[in-house]
Amino acid sequence: MSVPALEATGLQKSFGALKVTDDVALRLEAGSRTALIGPNGAGKTTLVGLLSGTIRPDAGQISLHGRDVTRDALAFRVKQGLVRTFQVSSLFTKLTVLENIFLAISENAGASHDLWRPAGRRRNLIERAEGILERLHLIDTRHRRVSEIPYGEQRLLEIAIALALEPKVLLLDEPAAGIPTDEVGVLLDAVASLPPDIAILMIEHDMHVVRRFATEVYVLVHGRVLTVGPPAEVMTSPEVRAVYLGSSGQSRFAGEAHGA
Amino acid sequence: MIGAGSPFLERHRLRPIEAAWWLVALAFFFVFPEYLAVATSVLVMALFALSLDLLLGFAGVVSLGHAVSYGIGAYVCALINLAGWHEALTGALLGGAASGLFALAVGPLILRLTGLPFIMVTLGIGAIVYEAANKAVWLTGGDNGLPGVTLAPLFGVFRWSVFGQTGYLYVLGWLLVLFYLCRRIVASPFGMALQGVRENPQRMRLLGAPVLRHLVTGYAMASAMAGIAGALSAQTNAFVGLEVLSLNTSIDGLVMLVLGGVGRLYGGLVGAPLYMFVQHFAQQWNPYYWMFLIGGLLIVIVRLSRGGLLGLVDDLLRRVRRGEGT
Repeated sequence: MSVPALEATGLQKSFGALKVTDDVALRLEAGSRTALIGPNGAGKTTLVGLLSGTIRPDAGQISLHGRDVTRDALAFRVKQGLVRTFQVSSLFTKLTVLENIFLAISENAGASHDLWRPAGRRRNLIERAEGILERLHLIDTRHRRVSEIPYGEQRLLEIAIALALEPKVLLLDEPAAGIPTDEVGVLLDAVASLPPDIAILMIEHDMHVVRRFATEVYVLVHGRVLTVGPPAEVMTSPEVRAVYLGSSGQSRFAGEAHGA
Repeated sequence: MIGAGSPFLERHRLRPIEAAWWLVALAFFFVFPEYLAVATSVLVMALFALSLDLLLGFAGVVSLGHAVSYGIGAYVCALINLAGWHEALTGALLGGAASGLFALAVGPLILRLTGLPFIMVTLGIGAIVYEAANKAVWLTGGDNGLPGVTLAPLFGVFRWSVFGQTGYLYVLGWLLVLFYLCRRIVASPFGMALQGVRENPQRMRLLGAPVLRHLVTGYAMASAMAGIAGALSAQTNAFVGLEVLSLNTSIDGLVMLVLGGVGRLYGGLVGAPLYMFVQHFAQQWNPYYWMFLIGGLLIVIVRLSRGGLLGLVDDLLRRVRRGEGT
């Protein structure tokens, strides 16, 4: 079998007495489109934190393209192509949209050690930044401060920054949360236009999005992987349906009646 | 100005208004030849405050120990001079290099800290270095300091007159060069990354940025500049005393910067003359209670505007423009 883009084995994390991640194994092949679903409090965001390095695991191993990165610093993982986004936007709010994305582009291009040439004259970097903003329909707001733009646009900027880092493995934590319904398509198109060999893991609640995006679904319940499989199979599984208690939970799987 | 409000990507553009400060500084040379000695010390402190702005205003690092960098530069420059090296430019550069090396040595250890712990550590280092210099009489002269710094003519031509003409222009020249360097740095991709670290260090790590390395680089440059300022004080006063290392020096620099406006590069250049001018007249008014006035001024300016005096001017201009619009 080929070397997976990202592989985690035996991941454990407890906060106090609460086991948030309990012996999780996860494998993303190059080019995989994987969704991570599960009820609230299942530990999805924690798992993304462990994989990206913002949270240290109590036990377990994470390897990136076959290389053990469990003990490696955040920034190093990013340089190796492991990029994440946040459920709640984490941006440079006092800076403009273009400056936010420029920081990512400049770091990615290795330009951030340049002390002399003005950033404002790095046409090639700025053009790349503008290209990505164009793709996410943010080009018209590029000179506005992040604190002044609507939350939905901040969410798109979060994605734009992730794309600017040219990821090989992309972890998206509820990317569509907070984006107005008619803009979700922009987000999904941008994700769909990524090179096919990138491995993507997306936490997502909306089953329409999952069905459109994913070829494989992980179901996380109480910190454990309940099941893994193709979307159609997972969504019809009685076991999975059982964990989504209540009519609102059931309706996620009701299919076409639920508008995207 | 290069205020916190101006976009990064525009920062490299020089504005005509910026020439004003330098023209005033140059005019002073011709108009007030009798005050050049004191004006030279104002320029030295302006350079010190500028170096602090690079650290505080752009990297977001709050240090109460910046006098250590200033003092190391001053002592190293004086010691080299007393050992027989009288050339001024290289003397100042060596002082700055010593302070830069100091920052490269301690930076990786202390810049992992943030907030209050970092401030306390810089305070502690300041106290330790001060006492060490006080004890090491054989090296620093202790309380007596190091008198007798003598300089060879600048470029082998310009003699160092008693009235301080050469000294004034020499320090103004250093200030201009280092200010330009700062302007380039804050507008560069590195300068932007530094400001990204100031805004959100964790996010910078998630962009793959070497946050500690960026901070150490910024600190080393600020420290080297403070070291050059210290060296210039040693050269133009022909003397170094313990007070260059004192907490008062750190605080003076900070107050000057805050008075002028943090994070705009011109803050120190405006704050230093303002502070020393007020100090001069306040001391004449009452040699014991003059800090009353400085303290009052600080409170008023900080209350009125978060951006110091320059921020206040910005606010006023904005209000005037808005008034015209309606």
